[in-house]
Amino acid sequence: MLLALKIKLALAVAAGFASPLAVMPWLTNSTPTEISGAQQPFVEMQPGTLSYRAAGDFTHAGRQAAAPLLSVRFAKPFAIMQNQVSSADYQSCVDDVGCRPLNGGATVDADRPVVQVSWHDAEAYANWLSRKTGEHYRLPTDEEWAFAAGTRFKDDGVPVDDRDPSKRWIARYERESNRETPATDSKPRPFGGFGQNEHGLLDVAGNVWEWTSTCFVRTVLDDAGQALSRSPNCGVRVAEGQHRSYVTDFIRDARAGGCVAGVPPSNLGFRLVRESKPWRLRLALQAVIDGVFSIPAWKP
Amino acid sequence: MFTRRAAMLGVAVAALMLAAPALADELKLPRQKVELVAPPFVHSHEQATKQGPKIMEFTLTIEEKKVVIDEQGTTFQAMTFNGSMPGPLMVVHEGDYVELTLINPATNSMPHNIDFHSATGAMGGGELTLVNPGEQVVLRWKATRTGTFVYHCAPGGPMTPWHVVSGMNGAVMVLPRKGLTDRTGKSLHYDKVYYIGEQDMYVPKDVKGKFKSYESPGEAYAETADVMRKLIPSHVVFNGAVGALTGKNALTSNVGETVLIVHSQANRDSRPHLIGGHGDYVWETGKFGNPPETGLETWFIRGGSAGAALYTFLQPGIYAYVTHNLIEATELGAAAHFKVEGKWNDDLMTQVKAPAEIPPKPQGALESATKHN
Repeated sequence: MLLALKIKLALAVAAGFASPLAVMPWLTNSTPTEISGAQQPFVEMQPGTLSYRAAGDFTHAGRQAAAPLLSVRFAKPFAIMQNQVSSADYQSCVDDVGCRPLNGGATVDADRPVVQVSWHDAEAYANWLSRKTGEHYRLPTDEEWAFAAGTRFKDDGVPVDDRDPSKRWIARYERESNRETPATDSKPRPFGGFGQNEHGLLDVAGNVWEWTSTCFVRTVLDDAGQALSRSPNCGVRVAEGQHRSYVTDFIRDARAGGCVAGVPPSNLGFRLVRESKPWRLRLALQAVIDGVFSIPAWKP
Repeated sequence: MFTRRAAMLGVAVAALMLAAPALADELKLPRQKVELVAPPFVHSHEQATKQGPKIMEFTLTIEEKKVVIDEQGTTFQAMTFNGSMPGPLMVVHEGDYVELTLINPATNSMPHNIDFHSATGAMGGGELTLVNPGEQVVLRWKATRTGTFVYHCAPGGPMTPWHVVSGMNGAVMVLPRKGLTDRTGKSLHYDKVYYIGEQDMYVPKDVKGKFKSYESPGEAYAETADVMRKLIPSHVVFNGAVGALTGKNALTSNVGETVLIVHSQANRDSRPHLIGGHGDYVWETGKFGNPPETGLETWFIRGGSAGAALYTFLQPGIYAYVTHNLIEATELGAAAHFKVEGKWNDDLMTQVKAPAEIPPKPQGALESATKHN
């Protein structure tokens, strides 16, 4: 079998698509069916356009400016989990020493979202799941989350009066105070407990705020409203839910709030996007694999 | 024979009867019935008053009830006056008499009473007001001292702290007849008054670290007492629950409005601070016979007392009113929010330059040529 292995590796490298992730599944014994995380349903988001209030802070000429409303185009489809990652799935990662254990007292359920996980925990799970299945799982970007959330994505734009900062503080506070789910209703519900949106995703903007890969970015705008420069702080990531939140990446429990006076997320959890390999490559690789395995075993 | 002794005794008795009428009928004062209001609001009342002393009639109904005290849904067997934690603020004037009807409905499980820190004698009234479930009592005490004062249930022994930390406390405000004044005697008037009752709670945890729930106060007692003895609260909240005075229930005001914040803590020290504001005039000990301190940053409410702080808002925005042990404020729940509308004062504070990247240090020509943004 050594020859077959060498051929596989050579082809993978030669094809130029080699990545540890692409090669690994041919070396491990586990199949996707053994990892329930990969078994859960995905929603295939079709290409489209999103009217999107940019995340982060914006300044212009040294003064606070309003976040622009952008038109974001998704040219290719992408697959996103129908429900958030469950605590049972996360626990599998913990048991496999791929993820940090949950806090004491956390319940493990196959049909409830994992909560009180940090951005680092979410990343660790995504990387573990990718290693185990050979697929590429990752957190959605804020734009992808907003696109998938559809009508459940709330525009958090506030008018910015650069001479009166209190207006945006009060506007944001009032908006965040108008929660559909009160802060006291923070117990994670079984999947579907917060209904389905128009794209078929479950529990969007329920009582779980979902991590995205998007960093907190401060953008300097020019007179035309175009970005002059961006300074990201990737120690803080965007968490999306009933309202947009910026949470420090190592925080598991945002209930105590990150800001001096705001309305904090009830729970932190996440769902993942699955990157698809380009379909032509899939066919080509599959043909090669079939060809390799049709060669009778050769003993040196 | 009418002796000198009998005459003197007669005079003494007559003098006593004139000086200290023992029965309500003999007071011959007008009566006023007050409808109490749930905190943080306060029933309407005069500040300076031209009226004379009255008998102010209040009713407090004791309610033992299961409440939710935080966002995790932790339940708590509370004991309350009028169903709220804290009990309502009662406002009278110096020289008034407070006539309280204390009702302990048969639906409750324990005897209760009331100790008014503003009253004189009988353990604050505790000795004269012990009522079993199904009973009520009427107590009258004279408001001889001005200030804000705690009242609380005090059945005796270890029951007293347990009832107090189960929510059974509130406050009274006895105003001077001429209203509040500063140290020069200048009149101080408030447009709004808020009553914030701070409550320390001692909720037991199970082996997994989750807060325990009980079916009755009696069931909760032993394990709660174990936590109480360690003197470390699991919750410190305003108005009975974490976040009770935030979000849709945030306190409101306007630039230019003067607010009196009465703050009581029946059991444990606290250090209130209005983040973004100050205490213009603060009766830290809560007693209006003393001139208020002025321009405070943070003030101290001794456990077992109520204090009062007067502030005129100068800037609009969102303020947090906290105990400035910030661990208690953010982790244990001791925070309220004020939403204040009005015009921003750029003179008091302005963001001269919004946050931006730190500009590079001036360098030699070659170095700056190779450095890029």
